[in-house]
Amino acid sequence: MSELSVNHLLGIKYLNKQDIELIFETADHFKEVINRSIKKVPTLRDITIANIFFENSTRTKLSFELAEKRLSADVVNFSASQSSVKKGETLIDTVNNILSMKVDMVVMRHPNPGAGVFLSKHVDASIINAGDGAHEHPTQALLDSYSIREKLGSVKGKNIVIVGDILHSRVALSNIFALKLQGANVKVCGPKTLMPKHIESLGVQVETNLKKALEWCDVANMLRVQNERMDISYFPTTREYAQQFGVNKSLLESLNKEIVIMHPGPINRGVEITSDVADSNQSIILEQVENGVAIRMAVIYLLASKIK
Amino acid sequence: MSQRVLLSAKEIHIILHRLACQLLENHLDFSDTVLVGIQPRGIFLAERLAKILKEDYAANDIKLGSLDITFYRDDFRRGDKTLAANTTSINFLVEGKKVVFIDDVLYTGRSIRAALTAIQSFGRPEEIELLTLIDRRFSRHLPIQPNYRGRQVDAINEERVKVHWKENDGEDAVYLVS
Repeated sequence: MSELSVNHLLGIKYLNKQDIELIFETADHFKEVINRSIKKVPTLRDITIANIFFENSTRTKLSFELAEKRLSADVVNFSASQSSVKKGETLIDTVNNILSMKVDMVVMRHPNPGAGVFLSKHVDASIINAGDGAHEHPTQALLDSYSIREKLGSVKGKNIVIVGDILHSRVALSNIFALKLQGANVKVCGPKTLMPKHIESLGVQVETNLKKALEWCDVANMLRVQNERMDISYFPTTREYAQQFGVNKSLLESLNKEIVIMHPGPINRGVEITSDVADSNQSIILEQVENGVAIRMAVIYLLASKIK
Repeated sequence: MSQRVLLSAKEIHIILHRLACQLLENHLDFSDTVLVGIQPRGIFLAERLAKILKEDYAANDIKLGSLDITFYRDDFRRGDKTLAANTTSINFLVEGKKVVFIDDVLYTGRSIRAALTAIQSFGRPEEIELLTLIDRRFSRHLPIQPNYRGRQVDAINEERVKVHWKENDGEDAVYLVS
């Protein structure tokens, strides 16, 4: 039986194709478990996991916590807004204090890119990156690919377009790594101002016309416009953004095929996608959320089995 | 490493028919009984028995499932390797039913201990029985005994019992490897 090539999940960049396949196969089994009437297994009853969130999160935090509890791990939660971080404690001190309470694994979200990598070099615990600034969000990319695999049979050879705020999006970067690793064709689409320079060097094509991008793709992953990360104005108005890069029902119906719509959430309804698209049967947004728990259970299980 | 044949294809054939008859004797039409093969190796035996019961004894109402115990094992993180899971497929209600666990070799009893916990996720069975092709006696770590056994074997801990099935390994045979 193979195991993961890594001891931490810091980013998709550090994984190989076999790792992703192993995570998906394991997630298949956990998906069966979470659809039972009793959704819990006793596997991780001797593991303690700390969820450390230096940045707000609803879905990811809930999803991780649920995954940990379904595996019977002990869970402690920590959010920076109510903690001694406010009093000036450093990241390593904060985490080492938590680890001295015998914690085996840390799930961390942090506004600074590379925070997870930094932590993994300085503390003795398994680290899972739950989003580090505009860098990576590996579990989101895994659950996105897993949802595509579930809906379309495989990821390999599929045409996938990532639409929206590529510049500020950790979801976009992790998704590009994950999709390329699995042999998908990837395009990114959005306003020029929200497109990082040299993005082509990751092996993706840039398309600025949404209609053309949608005609080409099998799956459109619509990203959220991250207003909170925008220090300057990247587009004139939200209304203009929605007109050029938002997906609505009539645009979908004008295409010559049925494409799959994804969104990592939270949705700005009426901006990236309209309500009738979000709630249509072409959208797999809620499946993504369900798969998120199974994927996170798989990642935690596989990393925990490497703790000695 | 030497290996000795414990059971030949012919002996396995006879034993399977005897076990099928013993199941029939206790469960008659199988209306309240479900058969559960323990993953990964118990499913071959379970499928064989179900086939014999259907084809030779006209028991048409056999409910057969497979149960994976990976997430219920008590040796997580104690070995070097990550434990790989297998498919669980139980498409019927277990609540109030008589469950028969089917596994190829009963050794320490730890797998069955895990299976007893795992099956609770699917409901509360009326009773649970255990059928095993090979019973390695004197090597139990837990107070677990089979209700139906194919052959009792005395083997020391260093020895290994290998069960081969035609559909998976190309032949029906049981070996003692030492």
